[in-house]
Amino acid sequence: MTIPVFEPWNDPEAKPLIQFQNVSKRFGDFTAIDDLTIGIYEKEFFALLGPSGCGKTTMMRMLAGFETPTEGAIFLAGQDMAPVPPNKRATNMMFQSYALFPHLSIWENIAFGLKREAMPKNDISDRVDEMLRLTRLEKFARRKPHQISGGQRQRVALARSLAKKPKLLLLDEPLGALDKKLRQDTQFELMDIQEKTGTTFVIVTHDQEEAMTVASRVAVMDNGKIIQVATPDRIYETPNSVYVADFIGEVNIIDGIATPTGEDRYSIAWKEGQAPLNVTSATAFSDGQKCHLAIRPEKVTINAEEPSGVDNVVQGKILDIAYLGNISTYHVELPSGAVIKAQSANTRRISRRAFTWEYTVWLSWTATAGVLLAT
Amino acid sequence: MRRFTLIAVPYLWLLALFLVPFIIVLKISLSDVALARPPYAPHFDWATGIWAFLSELDFENFVWLSEDDLYWKAYLSSLKIAFVSTVLTLLVGYPMAYAMARAPEEWRATLMMLVILPFWTSFLIRVYAWMGILSNEGFLNQFLLWTGIISEPLTILTPNTAVYIGIVYTYLPFMILPIYAALERLDDSLIEAAEDLGCSRLTAFWLVTIPLSKTGIVAGCFLVFIPVLGEFVIPSLLGGSDTLMIGKVLWEEFFSNRDWPVASAVAVVLLLLLIIPIVLFQRNQQKQQEAEQ
Amino acid sequence: MKRLSWFNTVSLTLGFAFLYVPMIILVIFSFNESKLVTVWAGFSTKWYGELMQNEAFLNAAWVTIKVAVVSSTIATVLGTMAAYVLVRGGRFMGRTLFSGMIYAPLVMPEVITGLSLLLLFIGMGLDRGILTIVLAHTTFSMCYVSVVVSSRLVTFDRSLEETALDLGCSPAEAFRLVTLPIIAPAVISGWLLAFTLSLDDLVIASFTSGPAATTLPIKIYSAVRLGVSPEINALSTIMIAIVTLGVITASLVTKRQMVRQKRDEQAAERT
Repeated sequence: MTIPVFEPWNDPEAKPLIQFQNVSKRFGDFTAIDDLTIGIYEKEFFALLGPSGCGKTTMMRMLAGFETPTEGAIFLAGQDMAPVPPNKRATNMMFQSYALFPHLSIWENIAFGLKREAMPKNDISDRVDEMLRLTRLEKFARRKPHQISGGQRQRVALARSLAKKPKLLLLDEPLGALDKKLRQDTQFELMDIQEKTGTTFVIVTHDQEEAMTVASRVAVMDNGKIIQVATPDRIYETPNSVYVADFIGEVNIIDGIATPTGEDRYSIAWKEGQAPLNVTSATAFSDGQKCHLAIRPEKVTINAEEPSGVDNVVQGKILDIAYLGNISTYHVELPSGAVIKAQSANTRRISRRAFTWEYTVWLSWTATAGVLLAT
Repeated sequence: MRRFTLIAVPYLWLLALFLVPFIIVLKISLSDVALARPPYAPHFDWATGIWAFLSELDFENFVWLSEDDLYWKAYLSSLKIAFVSTVLTLLVGYPMAYAMARAPEEWRATLMMLVILPFWTSFLIRVYAWMGILSNEGFLNQFLLWTGIISEPLTILTPNTAVYIGIVYTYLPFMILPIYAALERLDDSLIEAAEDLGCSRLTAFWLVTIPLSKTGIVAGCFLVFIPVLGEFVIPSLLGGSDTLMIGKVLWEEFFSNRDWPVASAVAVVLLLLLIIPIVLFQRNQQKQQEAEQ
Repeated sequence: MKRLSWFNTVSLTLGFAFLYVPMIILVIFSFNESKLVTVWAGFSTKWYGELMQNEAFLNAAWVTIKVAVVSSTIATVLGTMAAYVLVRGGRFMGRTLFSGMIYAPLVMPEVITGLSLLLLFIGMGLDRGILTIVLAHTTFSMCYVSVVVSSRLVTFDRSLEETALDLGCSPAEAFRLVTLPIIAPAVISGWLLAFTLSLDDLVIASFTSGPAATTLPIKIYSAVRLGVSPEINALSTIMIAIVTLGVITASLVTKRQMVRQKRDEQAAERT
């Protein structure tokens, strides 16, 4: 039995549910969205990730209909959305503040949208009960929003926006108000509900871990542009720029000059007095081109003695150790003054720490461990 | 000791100058008119003792109030004027408060100042300003004659219309401020959520904005209704001789007729009338405070 | 970025026109040559001149200011004490009665307050004059002061006082050095409110004043009852001008302070 892979973006036949076509949005002099084109497919869990002010919220508000594009067009299932007001769109939004109506009970909050369409009373009540079951809120139906906890409020907001069976659900920082532990549980719950209902989700977040956990694809944004759209693993392992590499997770960036040494192989000259680094890269670099090597700390091995037969090795002194429980991060200062981070997993509960401050250590990594980036 | 002084000084002041006077009013309302100084009887006398004193008190003045339909009419007309003018003030004040809360943030302080400014200006002067406009040969009639809308001066000052205009004008800030406070706190995303869930602008206003500004509306209405019920200056300056309001009756009973016991009885009944709205108002304020926490 | 819809613009324009046109007309006609207040007969400042000659008005104005300064100052002290007791006093005998007496005068019709105080003064055998007006005004305006101050005290971070005590202040020093400077704006606006309430009051002053002391509102009221007069217009204009200047200055000062604070905070962020 083969598990069908969900990758509509790789299928040239597939039509995106949402299509942004050369969309720009300006507020006065400020450009929030800059000539943006992207497609989002049905049943996707799509994450817009970026720092505050990068335009991700504006994109979402344009989808909901609270903002209109200055230029370009947005299509939902092939229909131009420009003339459709928010209350007539088959999209629903879950607000960052949840925006639960404080004067209505949980039940009435969830029924609010259903009552707007001429739905028979019994059907409304059935649908609300179904949503309450889905979000495990049956016990709280009669309560008012201020009488329940933050996590429960979040689920009410989700139930309310899902009740109308939208084609597209927009989630604006849906977990931002929850504490870390609850956030992690809720992430899986969100994925579960998305799978059960088969709704297309677009989530806006500034939390990269959250985006990586829940999304089928992540779009990393900066200054109104999408820098990279890819699945979480590709975003992490093959970022297309220093910006993306740096934004997602921890990374060491080594600046240098590339010299081709064979097919896909390069030698990188970096700090004075250091041996050149050997790397492989799928993208081509010309001789003497400036480049940046991005290498994740967990791909750097820390050794007490100089290892042999490795692609790259550098010597340094331990400057700092961050003990995080499951892993430890070592900040190692090279003779040139550069600091490289290396991580090792703490797989044993009781073990003597092999290294401590001021120790001289050797860091090593393979030629394929890092990504060579032009920008 | 220090704490004791801190509590005792304002406490005693209020007891002596707020509570005791009321007990005196209550007592005099049960006394009879007398040709004496002060013009009422009996007086408390240690010689005859407290029971002799109490036995001379009676509810005669209250019986008198209920028999003479002047008082009945005055109370009813005060209630009517207070009610109608509260509704009118709400109708004028709500759209203004709403527009202020919707205005760009950098304007709001200025708009707020424009609402508060008349509030600091003398009440008497603001009422007086309308006298010049609404009198028979006043500015409004001049203007309407000049434009040719009317050919003969209207008499605006005699009927209650002028009183209503005066009340709405002077009490407008009391209505605007609490409603504005409630609307300004209103989270925009609630309106957006309502629209997102299928409401038109108007239904969103009706289903979300109005219910969520309810405490402001109620507070504003009471802040207008309660003082208008006992209002004296506006009916006496803008109203005609047939404008009956209880504050005016009390004033005349006291200053013109010098009937202190009846004036006191009028005051006691007015106070009883006010207790219900005051209690409701307090409850509304409490609910609002709880909601804020 | 938000703009007003036409509906909001219209309601604001009409609303503020309603609030301000009567006062503007009043001001314009204070410069009217004619004795008739409604017919324009040319520009003149003669009514201001006559006003300055009117001894009765000047005396009344002087009495009013004296009463307002004294009563609002006492009311501020008593009102601040009352607010402190209400917010920080904890439980004591008769607390409910006390808070009732603070809030009741706010909703009490002035005719009743005036009448009851008058009856008290007569019962005590006090001669009606400046003293009785001051007592009356202090009583009702201290309640306003205490409401203004206590609303500030409620939001006041108590740990600041506790820090002061922890660092060695006595409770009185903590109040004087920490609490008072922080609640000062509320105390000042309480004083201003008490001051204007006293300046403005007609009804209570009418009950509690005697022939020896007449306040300006009483004087204006008796003049106005006879009809509109240009001298009153001139007087009103002066009063409106003073209030407008005061309110605008106050709002500019607060705005400047806010701007400065914001700028300082931003500067601190950058360093």
